[in-house]
Amino acid sequence: MQKIAWLIPILPLIGSAFNGLIGKKAGKKAVSIVGVGTVVASFLTALWVFFAMKDAPGHRLDLIYGTWMATGSLTVPFGLTIDPLSGTMMLVVTGISALIHLYSVGYMAEEEGYARYFCYLNLFVFFMLTLVLGNSLPLLFVGWEGVGLCSYLLIGYAFETETAPAAGLKAFLFNRTGDMGMAIGMMALFALFGTLTIGDILNQAGHMQAEVGFGVLTFATLMLFVGATGKSAQIPLYLWLPDAMAGPTPVSALIHAATMVTSGIYMICRLAPVFSLTPITMTTIAWVGGLTALLAATIGLVQRDIKKVLAYSTVSQLGYMFLGLGSAGFAAGFFHVFTHAWFKALLFLGAGSVIHAMHHEQDLFRMGGLKEKLPITFWTMLIATLCIMGIPGFSGFFSKDEILYLAFLKSPALWAIGLVAACCTAFYMARLMALAFLGEPRDSHAYEHAHEAPMTMTLPLVVLAVGAVVAGFWGIPKVLGGTFAVEHWLEPALTYGHAEAEAGSVHEGPAMMLMGISVAAAAGFGLFGWSLYKNGTEKSERLAAKFPGAHTILLNKYFLDELVEGYLLRPTRWFGNVLWKLFDVIIIDGIGVNLPGALTRVAGDFTALLQTGRVRNYVLSMGLGVLVLLYIFLK
Amino acid sequence: MTEWMSNHLLTFLVFAPAIWGLLILCFPEKQAPLAKLLAIFGAAGLFFISAARLLTIPPEGPMNLVFAEHMPWFSVVGLPVEYSLSIDGLNLWLVLLTTFLTPLTMLGTYRSVTQRAGSFMALILILESGMLGAFMAQDLLFFYLFWEAMLIPMYFVIGIWGGDERKYAANKFFLYTLSGSLLWLVALLYLATKAGTFAPGIMAATALGLPFSVQCTLFLAFALAFAIKVPLFPLHTWLPDAHVQAPTAGSVILAGVLLKLGSYGFLRFALPMFPDAFSHYAKPIAMLSVIAIVYGALVAMVQRDIKKLVAYSSVSHMGFVMLGLASMTVVGTQGAMLQMLNHGISTGALFLLVGMLYDRAHTRMISDFGGVASKMPVFTTFFFIVTLSSIGLPLTNGFVGEFLILNGTYISGFPWGRVFATVATLGVLLGAVYMLWMVKKVFWGPENPDEDSGTQHLHSDLSVREIAVMVPIVVLIFWMGLHPRSFISVSEQPIVNLLHSAKAPDPRVRVQPMLKPESATKDGLKDGLAADGAAPAAPSISGEEVRK
Repeated sequence: MQKIAWLIPILPLIGSAFNGLIGKKAGKKAVSIVGVGTVVASFLTALWVFFAMKDAPGHRLDLIYGTWMATGSLTVPFGLTIDPLSGTMMLVVTGISALIHLYSVGYMAEEEGYARYFCYLNLFVFFMLTLVLGNSLPLLFVGWEGVGLCSYLLIGYAFETETAPAAGLKAFLFNRTGDMGMAIGMMALFALFGTLTIGDILNQAGHMQAEVGFGVLTFATLMLFVGATGKSAQIPLYLWLPDAMAGPTPVSALIHAATMVTSGIYMICRLAPVFSLTPITMTTIAWVGGLTALLAATIGLVQRDIKKVLAYSTVSQLGYMFLGLGSAGFAAGFFHVFTHAWFKALLFLGAGSVIHAMHHEQDLFRMGGLKEKLPITFWTMLIATLCIMGIPGFSGFFSKDEILYLAFLKSPALWAIGLVAACCTAFYMARLMALAFLGEPRDSHAYEHAHEAPMTMTLPLVVLAVGAVVAGFWGIPKVLGGTFAVEHWLEPALTYGHAEAEAGSVHEGPAMMLMGISVAAAAGFGLFGWSLYKNGTEKSERLAAKFPGAHTILLNKYFLDELVEGYLLRPTRWFGNVLWKLFDVIIIDGIGVNLPGALTRVAGDFTALLQTGRVRNYVLSMGLGVLVLLYIFLK
Repeated sequence: MTEWMSNHLLTFLVFAPAIWGLLILCFPEKQAPLAKLLAIFGAAGLFFISAARLLTIPPEGPMNLVFAEHMPWFSVVGLPVEYSLSIDGLNLWLVLLTTFLTPLTMLGTYRSVTQRAGSFMALILILESGMLGAFMAQDLLFFYLFWEAMLIPMYFVIGIWGGDERKYAANKFFLYTLSGSLLWLVALLYLATKAGTFAPGIMAATALGLPFSVQCTLFLAFALAFAIKVPLFPLHTWLPDAHVQAPTAGSVILAGVLLKLGSYGFLRFALPMFPDAFSHYAKPIAMLSVIAIVYGALVAMVQRDIKKLVAYSSVSHMGFVMLGLASMTVVGTQGAMLQMLNHGISTGALFLLVGMLYDRAHTRMISDFGGVASKMPVFTTFFFIVTLSSIGLPLTNGFVGEFLILNGTYISGFPWGRVFATVATLGVLLGAVYMLWMVKKVFWGPENPDEDSGTQHLHSDLSVREIAVMVPIVVLIFWMGLHPRSFISVSEQPIVNLLHSAKAPDPRVRVQPMLKPESATKDGLKDGLAADGAAPAAPSISGEEVRK
């Protein structure tokens, strides 16, 4: 019976096919029913399979449906693995997808390309579930590239504009750059283990010693991490994510906050036993994650577009997750994926509700005073804000604090970076809330027409808000008397293949003090941001004027886009032109091909001169020839 | 008649199109519509016959030569030439690709050719004969004859129906290819005189007895001819000119089928006849392949003409095929087999689609377009799906081919394998860069407002005829991506045997796959058939399976 797990990814695919092929003719109502219905059905199936997995021996279901590729020593089956890790992720994906599909019914109601939108969104769910459930790396890669494609299509949803397709293209190419690393990592693992089935790889890795220095395994894991930086928007491949906000807001919530961008973290957790064998990679992950968290948070301080602030916030939070993974806290990193999915999806949907109410105005500086007009949006977003700030009792507090604590054990410097980033987070989130909801309306016209969204949009907000609060209680840390249950639950997946399961992470160090510092810092910076912006933008403008240099740099995102354009893209194009015009046209074709041709013609023209048609010339040369022959023979 | 057909199926397949084409050539100009129709029906009929008859073999069977016709033919300077055609795991799908693409191409370009359309279709049919003959011929001189014969109809197709610079392109195409084949002919004759025959098995056995340096020289002569056809960097410069100047049907056939003859030549003849020389030169070949992959992609990136962009992408994609062959692993070679078919389908489809766009807009310049998606949504959908296949997105055919080739190269055991596989991955990224950049410029964005622009000349989306051409291609793209084993399981055993004997130290084992099936004893192949760890299935080739 558990075999019906294949329905979980396939149902959304059916929805996608329906909406893509006949959705336009079938009408918006049919599209909504099929689009939302298939994802809800997928969620219910997932729930059923989840409990079947819970009862299964070793909390693990391995389901094989057939063979995809098989040649020589390479065999890749069509198979799904459901264990605590993929099972939890599958519920998060289908659950949040279902809510966001519902929200989209309201948000996209007026759109011309309604069927196309749901076709892409359903397709995304299919690929995401393939990524999560696939039992081999190539199958995971199917989902990996597939979600990238859907992201491309959905960012470029408004294809008739100039900016949206450009942002989609940028996203796809940054992702592909990461995918390249992913592909190389897969090849290296295949060469090493002789298989690409995840379970088999982990079984072999379980018997290996941690690698000393930079070896094959370190190379492989580093390459896989490059893949993760692409998909999960880390330095140096994060530049696409802020631009990706050109897509419709529900897409930003689902793909660019809750699910797709966390697949890098998911992949590393999936291969945790392999990654933990490579200390160099782990340290790299921790530092890249920490620095990304800080860099993105500082940029988020000054952005004016509400979605851009949230985008940088996502990059920053993803950085935290990697910081956790790199500090050997796979469970902590994944826990943050889990809590973040709730509150960040909520923040984006709330922002969508604001944008919807303000007639597609996204500039925070033209909002203000919306608290009375959009009460549900305000209160639910406030909950999410408290979560992301890390205020005790809200989910983000539990997950983020665990990460900071583990980072401290890894290196106090990493902890300090994380702490500064947390302060920035508290500040920019308070700023966002204050600018949007408090003070006087700065655009009175839009304010007059603002109104709360329909039920299909507010219901998901409320559900997500409840989730955002509750999610944290799954991982109450030991220092507060909890058991950090999430770690125990994920253990069979994170240590799969090990001869004997390792004990949970050892807790030592000044946990209570660290927690106190971070909570105080977050609260302090949150209040600072709140007070600075609650009455409008004047105070902050005075502050910005005091530091014009820093402000310009942050506003322009450290000029990194310009650097990439100037030092990477333009030279590549120039190089392509040189190869074409110099190498192809002049060297190969000119010297290699046309020159012999021309020489032949010249030689022909020259010998043609001899053929004068005058008999006396021929007689002369004949006579000369006879003389030469006579000389040779008679000598 | 049916009796004759079942005994001479291959002869029928090879010569029927040419005879049909010659008949159509006799039609007067006024009857062009009828001639076109007859040509299409003829080609479609041939496809159905070939598919129905050839696919009766069990898909997973360990067969080698299944359909074969052998008989003595004539002698050149005392060397017997054999009339020898056969179909086995190595050429089955290439033959089907040819019979599949030909009618589809004719249908797709039904209205594109207006001048002497009947003769045009007839030439395509004659070309089809040449290609089928070359894929099936087992005697080297016979193969050579078909190889050269193909040039003639193609020369006319480009030279008469081509673009503005068709003469230069046609001459270049003809002379480039011919000059490569001449050295090959010399090597062929040299070896044949030594062996006393043109049968590849005996020639291979003879070649193994020659000094290594002579083997290398002979191999290089073979390789030059094949590499020009592929085309392998730096011998590729005929391709962009020929593709851009050729009419759509010419480009489709050229990219879809003709190029494969080069890589097929490596696999069928160069590798088994000169196994030592092949592994000796595997590194340079792989290096040129990797250069072709990256170089082709970089140059494609800066093209302004869509057709030229697709032409350079061919250089890149065929580089993958050659890389797979040079890896000398089962995984890589099977990937190369699949990639040949992939490239035939995807690039053929791209040329067809560009042709459809050109028929409407009369321009192919990227900058003349923009916003085509709003004007032609159905066309855009098809183009995008084919683009995904071309950039190797998983679940389409392109991915499986590239994935197998890269993995096969990585595990090749050659010291350079890992490095080259890693660098070649760059081609996968660059492929997405040039294709999606072009898609963005042409299809997305606001409509090009310029009145003379291509976008403003697009008045109709795809017709039913054009959709009918694209649907089978899209079905194949996903079929090959989801179940590649339907296409490469038949070549598994021949390739295992081929590589096993190529790597075997015992010279007697070496030539086994090249010999005729009767003489390939079971014992000879059984010993330690473990190339790449593949299970050594005994090649059970009994007399019944060989339908003579």
